[in-house]
Amino acid sequence: MSGPSDFQLQNPALKWIERRLPIFGLVHSSFVAYPTPRNLNYWWTFGGILSFMLAVQIVTGIILAMHYTPEATMAFNSVEGIVRDVNYGWLLRYVHSNGASMFFIAVYIHMLRGLYYGSYKEPREVLWILGVIIYLLMMATGFMGYVLPWGQMSFWGATVITNLFSAIPYVGDSIVTLLWGGYSVGNPTLNRFFSLHYLLPFVIAGVVVLHVWALHVAGQNNPAGVEPKTEKDTVPFTPYATVKDAFGLSCFVLFFCWFIFYIPNYLGDPDNYIQANPGVTPAHIVPEWYYLPFYAILRSIPNKLAGVVAMFSAILILAFLPWLDSAKTRSSRYRPLAKQFFWIFVAVCLGLGYLGAQPPEGIYVIAGRILTVCYFAYFLIVLPILSRIEKPRPVPNSIADDVLAKGRYVASAIAVFAVAGLLMLGSGSQAQAQEHNTPNPPSLKWSFAGPFGKFDQGQLQRGYKVYKEVCSACHSMNLLHYRNLADPGGPGFSIAQAAALASEIKVQDGPNDAGDMFERPGRVADKFPAPFPNENAARAANGGAAPPDLSLMAKARGYERGFPWFIFDAFTQFQEKGPNYIHAILTGFEEKPPAGVTLPEGSHYNKYFPGHAIKMPPPLSKDQVTYDDGSPQTVDQYATDVAAFLMWAAEPKLEERKRTGLQVMVFMIIFAGLLYFTKRKVWANAH
Amino acid sequence: MTTASSAGHSRRDFLFVATGAAAAVGAAATVWPLVSQMNPDATTIAAGAPIEVDISPIAEGQDIKVFWRGKPIYIMNRTKKQIEEAQKVNVSDLRDPQPDSARVKEGHDNWLVVIGICTHLGCIPIAHEGNYDGFFCPCHGSQYDSSGRIRQGPAPLNLPVPPYAFISDSKIKIG
Repeated sequence: MSGPSDFQLQNPALKWIERRLPIFGLVHSSFVAYPTPRNLNYWWTFGGILSFMLAVQIVTGIILAMHYTPEATMAFNSVEGIVRDVNYGWLLRYVHSNGASMFFIAVYIHMLRGLYYGSYKEPREVLWILGVIIYLLMMATGFMGYVLPWGQMSFWGATVITNLFSAIPYVGDSIVTLLWGGYSVGNPTLNRFFSLHYLLPFVIAGVVVLHVWALHVAGQNNPAGVEPKTEKDTVPFTPYATVKDAFGLSCFVLFFCWFIFYIPNYLGDPDNYIQANPGVTPAHIVPEWYYLPFYAILRSIPNKLAGVVAMFSAILILAFLPWLDSAKTRSSRYRPLAKQFFWIFVAVCLGLGYLGAQPPEGIYVIAGRILTVCYFAYFLIVLPILSRIEKPRPVPNSIADDVLAKGRYVASAIAVFAVAGLLMLGSGSQAQAQEHNTPNPPSLKWSFAGPFGKFDQGQLQRGYKVYKEVCSACHSMNLLHYRNLADPGGPGFSIAQAAALASEIKVQDGPNDAGDMFERPGRVADKFPAPFPNENAARAANGGAAPPDLSLMAKARGYERGFPWFIFDAFTQFQEKGPNYIHAILTGFEEKPPAGVTLPEGSHYNKYFPGHAIKMPPPLSKDQVTYDDGSPQTVDQYATDVAAFLMWAAEPKLEERKRTGLQVMVFMIIFAGLLYFTKRKVWANAH
Repeated sequence: MTTASSAGHSRRDFLFVATGAAAAVGAAATVWPLVSQMNPDATTIAAGAPIEVDISPIAEGQDIKVFWRGKPIYIMNRTKKQIEEAQKVNVSDLRDPQPDSARVKEGHDNWLVVIGICTHLGCIPIAHEGNYDGFFCPCHGSQYDSSGRIRQGPAPLNLPVPPYAFISDSKIKIG
């Protein structure tokens, strides 16, 4: 694309290198002098945003791999170790886990932009197909990354997705065994997924180089869809595109930061805070939000092999797009019918995403089938027919004409719509199978809610007391250490107080020089003691139901808030489902079940427990725990305090996260503002 | 490019400098956590708490090796001969001059507690070997005397003494 370069080096040392390896000339012609169409809108900044996200994921991923242990019994705890103990580990982990979602949001916008403006058409077919390959690699990478924390959704997601390959006739089972490295998903599977999850991003980076190379050969498409003809149609990449991309990127980073610092678990599933258990499938399995449309297609087809084929076809069909749509006009702006069908197609994808998160029953199945047909019809019927019958409006003569005729073009309403839609998909993935007659827990006021939330130290100390005197008789908290009680942003015990609390317990240590185990008083480095030596003992002592570990309870439980609340929740930063649920369970016991309800032997009726029959007897009663600070000694107060304590236990860096978040947000808003004015100054010369 | 007044120029320059400066601050603030994460995490720090060692089983002329913060610590019950050798050395002749009294606790002259890591390149010296009745490093031949001071070979410094204290005559606390 670039004409004869006028690039000249002055420095003799650089000249010497340039003659032997013309790297400065390459950078100059590709990223400085490279002519970009002057009418590009902000949808075109997503290419740069995607490169940035790839870099973010690789950097944070390499760092996380320094602390992560890819071993089935240790993986889950090592991830929690990163979040709790590594300096800024919480930040790195949340950047990486939310970064995956941001990567997919950006890639979907990038793909839809290409679809709308016909960026796949001649001469950019290879560029487009390389993009489809990158997308496939991203899906594989994202899936294997999701397996690594080894939570319940990780494990069962791995099981379901690898089982897709068992649909292949004759060799399916052998292939699945090959993927697993065993007779089921297990440690060998985790190990190889870790290895591949580390490898694939670099493969993606390689294909991205090809993608950019192909782009620089064919040149960028643009909203008018006409090729640049004269110099008036283009501007040099630097500074024009660079500063515009930088501004677009800074806005995207602001959006990203909202998730990292304020709603880091919004797009995740509470079940993934429960360690993988090969014996229990979660009630409602959903993949990460970015796979939901394809998951919906898979489930719509009542035949195993046909379903898998349909799902993969839905992605692969994209590669054939340049030949399915043979219309000469590129941009949908000048194709009145294609434009309408494009938005219908977007709605179909969002609809499929919504359905993918719903339980596969009743109306959802029928709707899924209809939308699946619509999805394929768009590619196989609508586009081929449109390209033959549609009468496009005249396209502008040149890009310069387009700029003069149109003035400003801001599709902000559409952007808001798209973001809202993606959020909708996201929270759809948090869907929990619910008994239809289980009411949602009431929302309490928590001191740690909202952007400035902080834990109430007195409440955490009371909550710890309730845990120690009541809950700890049956429940362990394996991720908590006595030293945590003195951590900043926690209950605010002094080191001496934490040491005194630790010394109350006896810890088995050893072996000593004689080879014997011995008991010693606890130290601050010791974990909270578990009430039972192992799970079987816990099960045996509690009528067959082992009391779950409470370390992550406040993040491992959620409930469906329903449309449209889950969209508002992203804006209001509602993240307190866990403590609400814990408080509701502790106060939701009723002595007599309602008429017509019979409970199994040894169960108790609880209003808020899914299924209502809970094995845990009502644990709290009035005046059971003595408070020294004059707080009311009621069941409700105990439940509130212990729920707050468990929230801290599950998210000990919450205060640091929100405090850092405020600083970052303020900085990013200022920085984005500066970039906006810089961009205007730079472009003032071009208009 | 239109001709801009000098006032317009300086306003634009200020904007560019301010944006560039903000970008630099942002980049530096981003690098901080990426580097800081490499420091020891809270578990490692908690595990580095002081340890107590019972020294009563160590007979005269013997030594034991214990680990503290991943480092081998030699605890040596020195013989009379070793103590005398260590005390009569002319301190000013040493490469890293230090009297024996600065390397042991007062009243516990027979107990030498040193970190057993050669100050040359980190190998572990062997106790009771070499020409000075002390330590000999097999990697590059550094020799330490019975006070753990460097006497011969490439190592620049004496074996360091870790922070420790006697809790009783038979128990020390390292750290």
